[in-house]
Amino acid sequence: MAGDASKALSNDVLWGGGRSPFSISYGKMMMWFFLVSDALTFSGLLTAYGFVRHSTTEVWPIGEEVFRALPGLTGSYPLIYVALMTAILIFSSVTMVLAVEAGHRMDKKGVIKWLFLTVLGGAFFVGSQAWEWSHFIHGGGGYITTPQGGKYWVHNDTHDTHDPANAPGFHLVQADAEHYLIPAEGAHHLDHAASLKLWNERANYVNGANMTENEYGPPQYANFFFFITGFHGFHVFSGVVINIIVLIMVIQGVFHRRGHYEMVEKAGLYWHFVDLVWVFVFTFFYLL
Amino acid sequence: MERDDIIEYSLDAHHSEEAGRKIRRKIWMVTLFLAVVTTIEVTLGAYWKEWFDASAWNSIKWTYVVLTLVKATYIVMTFMHLGDERRNIRAIILLPYALFILYLVFIAIFESNYVHQLWLRFL
Repeated sequence: MAGDASKALSNDVLWGGGRSPFSISYGKMMMWFFLVSDALTFSGLLTAYGFVRHSTTEVWPIGEEVFRALPGLTGSYPLIYVALMTAILIFSSVTMVLAVEAGHRMDKKGVIKWLFLTVLGGAFFVGSQAWEWSHFIHGGGGYITTPQGGKYWVHNDTHDTHDPANAPGFHLVQADAEHYLIPAEGAHHLDHAASLKLWNERANYVNGANMTENEYGPPQYANFFFFITGFHGFHVFSGVVINIIVLIMVIQGVFHRRGHYEMVEKAGLYWHFVDLVWVFVFTFFYLL
Repeated sequence: MERDDIIEYSLDAHHSEEAGRKIRRKIWMVTLFLAVVTTIEVTLGAYWKEWFDASAWNSIKWTYVVLTLVKATYIVMTFMHLGDERRNIRAIILLPYALFILYLVFIAIFESNYVHQLWLRFL
């Protein structure tokens, strides 16, 4: 990128007053300072997640076993949907940087085109996250625990969780103690009578996820999922709103009259940061 | 009142059609790179159990961390243009953050090991 920042200047000139020693405008520098503080917040959240996961003695769920559904399809597609969301967010980051590049050439049409695609990608991501939350909260049928400490997955044909025992195809499958969501090695599907007996003697029935219990793992797992992806999702949502406002201003020609498109660049910094955070959430929450 | 003593750094960021072509090419190359790295990560996550035995998990974990940091570097340096800024602003943004986070991660790993041992002993 051309600009004042690439000029070779001696320290005497840089720090001698009358100019920014960083060769950067006030707004851009403040955006960077905000992003650093926001990055510290997200780092704190992810480190807290790591701390709890590392110190717990309970079995912690694995991302590829929890997140393996696609909208409208049955079957197992480990991490495919999250990978798609990641790809969309990275792609919208690319369209954003192309909008910034178009702005540097004062190409108003180019800025509008790329910024519009960025808004579209961001909206798609927020929608995907809403679907994932909904899927996470409803869960896949849940499990019961017996007074003896046994654990059984609840199955039925209609995925009924309100009254599963009376739904067609109701039966239980013994769960693997070492894995969430995976049936025990060689576990067979219990027949209806045996399932009904265990169901009536159950100590607890856990299905889906809420703040106090979830079928995937320890309570903290769902709490961290809600908080970290929720906080990130809120950032994406505000990013989309900011991008829409900037897009409207671009269409109105505000920045063209001003002579530069730095506002697109500042909104772009925020948007890239949202993408950057997701790269880390994706690794530490879903992959590890 | 209009001030004339302020340098408009934002005006200085303009570039020509020729330079724009070069920048766009760089952007698409970085995009391709990020897409390839993400594909590797997801494929590894989905199939590692079929390719390696359970003892490989530790090295796969570290592979993920390294790949993530590589991705983050490209996003910050190219997409956020930090690589094009002056060295002093780069240091002001990255160094305090890195110092604090390295300390935080160190202390979190250290303490969580200790708490884990406590749970094992007293739970």
